[in-house]
Amino acid sequence: MPLQEVVYCGVCSYPPEYCEFTGKLKRCKVWLKENHPDLFTKLYGDDNGDVAAVAGKLAESSIGEEREEKLEKDLLKLQTKQENREQRELAKKLSSKVIIKREARTKRKFIIAISGLEVFEIDMKKLAKTFASKFATGCSVSKNAEKKEEIVIQGDVLEAVEAYIHSLLKEKGLKDVKVETIDTKMKKKKPEGAPTA
Amino acid sequence: MFRKFTREDIHSRSKVKSSIQRTLKAKLVSQYPKLEEVIDELIPKKSHIELIKCEDKIQLYTVDGEVLFFQQFDELIPTLRLVHKFPEAYPTVQVDRGAIKFVLSGANIMCPGLTSAGAKLPDAPGYEKDTIVVINAENKEHALAIGKLMMSTEEIKSHNKGHGVEMIHHLGDPLWTFTTD
Ligand SMILES: [Zn+2]
Repeated sequence: MPLQEVVYCGVCSYPPEYCEFTGKLKRCKVWLKENHPDLFTKLYGDDNGDVAAVAGKLAESSIGEEREEKLEKDLLKLQTKQENREQRELAKKLSSKVIIKREARTKRKFIIAISGLEVFEIDMKKLAKTFASKFATGCSVSKNAEKKEEIVIQGDVLEAVEAYIHSLLKEKGLKDVKVETIDTKMKKKKPEGAPTA
Repeated sequence: MFRKFTREDIHSRSKVKSSIQRTLKAKLVSQYPKLEEVIDELIPKKSHIELIKCEDKIQLYTVDGEVLFFQQFDELIPTLRLVHKFPEAYPTVQVDRGAIKFVLSGANIMCPGLTSAGAKLPDAPGYEKDTIVVINAENKEHALAIGKLMMSTEEIKSHNKGHGVEMIHHLGDPLWTFTTD
């Protein structure tokens, strides 16, 4: 027997046959259809009708029609709950704000402090490392006055950081998140972010 | 076992020397003899094995970045990633469809979920109490959990109530989602 290569769902990470138990089934199905159409057909049949899939399961399941119906109901509830939670999380992300601050240390030396990243599931330490090597400078994660984590970069790299944060958010499908830059030396605020469209 | 596991629980990480790699592979095979035919494929000679020591004496072993087995005491226990690659090497039981969502929430498995029409237990003499078992599910191809028998499979059949399998590791738990970098 050779080793098996099991496909794992790109949405919920389970083998796709267990997607129905994660509450993310809708998105899981979209992913599976796009990435493994053959497996999609095997699990959900040729058409997209949920009715057919449920009927198929009923015929196979040993737990009886009544329990199966209750299970399906529970799973549907789970899915609604999960979707609501995802919506709430997305709303929270969209309403939060990333702040990039430029501070003068001496006449010619600056530090850049980035805060407000914590809600975006970004690994701060990793990002700090990325910045350190990208700009060949010192970069660390520290706690700011409000006890929130922020990334502090040595050097005058405001524009580059701004561009990088924008691309990072875009990658996560969050390009509408506000990014505010504060330049304390110039004593001038310039709001950035949400496109007017 | 991994319900509350986080990265903060990691004490140390170290590379496993090739002499110890051989011992580990031999131990895996002695515990799960069917692994013998695939062990060199699972853990190739030049693979990078890392030992990650964690809280509560839990030790994870990664092979080229993927956690394939772990131990708390002497016994090596496969992760689901390893089981999925070569499922037939382990003592296995099956739960019915109704039990799946409870298993995925990390609960211990109740005896009736193992004895109903959709479930499967081995014929007598079966497995002893404390055996590490892979848990499959009705109409599913792949395992969804690893557990430890709290009574022998024959006792599960005859008692048919209470907890039958202690949950160790299941799809979606922190060990499942753990990545090394
Ligand atoms: Zn999925």
